[in-house]
Amino acid sequence: MIEARSLTKRYGETVAVDDLSFDVCPGQVTGFLGPNGSGKSTTMRMIMGLDSPNSGRVTINGRRYHDLPWPLREVGALLEAKSIHPGRTAFNHLLALAQTNDISPSRVEEVIEIVGLTSVAHKRAGKFSLGMGQRLGIAAALLGDPGVLLFDEPVNGLDPEGIRWVRTLLQSLAAEDRTVLVSSHLMSEMALTAEHLVVIGRGKLIADTSVTSFIAGSTHQFVRVRTPETDALTSALLGAGAAVVPGVDGSLSVTGLAAADIGDLAARHSVTLHELATQCGSLEEAFMELTAESVEFHGEATMHPAKTTAGAAR
Amino acid sequence: MTTLNATIAEAVRPVSGPSGHYRFTGVLRSEWTKLRSVRSTTWSLFATIILTVGIGVLATATVAAHWQHLGPDFRLTFDPVRQSLTGLLFGQLSLGVLGVLVVSAEYGTGTIRATLAAAPKRTQVLAAKVAVFGAVALVISELLMFATFFIGQLILSGSAPDATVGQPGVLRAVVGGGIYLTILALLAMGLASIIRHTAGAISAFVFLLLIVPLVLQALPSSIVNAVGKYVPANIGATVTSTSGVGSFEGHNSFSPWEGLVVLAIYALVALVLGGWLMVRRDA
Repeated sequence: MIEARSLTKRYGETVAVDDLSFDVCPGQVTGFLGPNGSGKSTTMRMIMGLDSPNSGRVTINGRRYHDLPWPLREVGALLEAKSIHPGRTAFNHLLALAQTNDISPSRVEEVIEIVGLTSVAHKRAGKFSLGMGQRLGIAAALLGDPGVLLFDEPVNGLDPEGIRWVRTLLQSLAAEDRTVLVSSHLMSEMALTAEHLVVIGRGKLIADTSVTSFIAGSTHQFVRVRTPETDALTSALLGAGAAVVPGVDGSLSVTGLAAADIGDLAARHSVTLHELATQCGSLEEAFMELTAESVEFHGEATMHPAKTTAGAAR
Repeated sequence: MTTLNATIAEAVRPVSGPSGHYRFTGVLRSEWTKLRSVRSTTWSLFATIILTVGIGVLATATVAAHWQHLGPDFRLTFDPVRQSLTGLLFGQLSLGVLGVLVVSAEYGTGTIRATLAAAPKRTQVLAAKVAVFGAVALVISELLMFATFFIGQLILSGSAPDATVGQPGVLRAVVGGGIYLTILALLAMGLASIIRHTAGAISAFVFLLLIVPLVLQALPSSIVNAVGKYVPANIGATVTSTSGVGSFEGHNSFSPWEGLVVLAIYALVALVLGGWLMVRRDA
């Protein structure tokens, strides 16, 4: 159980984390979601006692990190990939961590095997790929068999098989009633992995909810229409009070009118329709929509055609 | 899938959880593992040995070969012990670099976050580093000082005056040289814990050891007389001489043991400040 209360962290003028409160409960994977630069890593470092908040507090099982009697046996964390001395072997890196908490060398061998690094355990970590570095970081998190686990962007640099492995690992850990917090900027990944979501943008809490209600709550529906007479239909739709956004593929995304009304309208204006379908926004869009105002750096604005409802469950 | 779940079940098998609290001894063992498991340790210690002994051999061999041709002033003030320990001037740099790296490499590579997640009491981590590296530095330094002393005397004997351990001031100079090296290595750790960047900390260390004495030489005699004795290099020169007099003859200097205490205060101040900053700053 992680409890964050009014966490605030400032770097000079910039407020990285702003009055953030949330709970992370055991038994489920909690996704910690936000655009890049939204304060996820800073929050995780504050949970770990690496950064100290300007105000507010965060506890793990009721204690500040600093006060945990055996930190690695209570909390395991993958904070940043490759925070490892490049000249040290994977085994020695883990051994040095294990020794602080009286964890046996045989357990070190064990976690190396679990993450599949046995063949390179005695190679210097500087030669590791990003994915191998991630696996080594995950091995470090598992060392003390902790009840609380934090993973900052764990699938970064992993191949599809590795991503699936991490997903299964996270879910199994949660199934054993552990507290699992996983940060990501990828909504689609969280949709597959997490049951609960803590969404932040610009350091502020945007949503703290289950994945299902997150989708239900913020999905906006629209109707996709395809017609050879785009101009005629557009003016008719606008006349009827609907909003129309032309898609890149020549389709129109219509909001403000139901599919049936659009069909009737087209019939009255004798416009041929080639497609008429109600669409639900994907989880990714719901996330984008929620965090739109809070994205720190906007790329060049582009309109993405909405994915179908099937896409959201993919 | 079944095999995966099997391995995960294995992963979560409880580690026998001792009661109480993680201990300093565990942090010490961890620091020892970290120190012995990187190449920079081997290379820096190798460089320290080669430089200290190698320069010592060169310095004594040159004197031994040219003793008959050396001026009366040089002969009169010649100190066979200090001559044999000349390599210390170079060895102190490579040992200091290692002292810096022991701390700064953790920040440079990001290992510090893993370290502090495992052992959140930060001053304890710094204390463990000081204890482990300090012990290694002391053993290496003393071995080196005795080795370069004996080799040097062997080279000098016959052709120039040489010294034996039993003579007054000799043992103090040799043992003191090792202590001087060790304290400098700890000072380097202190600088690194304040500055946290390898290049910056090494620069500060080199500045203190090499540049400060040069600056001092350019200053008027009255100032040198007042502050010269506080300069680490002068303390080193005093400590490694059998007479216990500094390199700037005619100027004030601390006695060898006083000098080592002053140097130890520098190291302590740097480490305490470094430890205080470590607690205050984000990792």
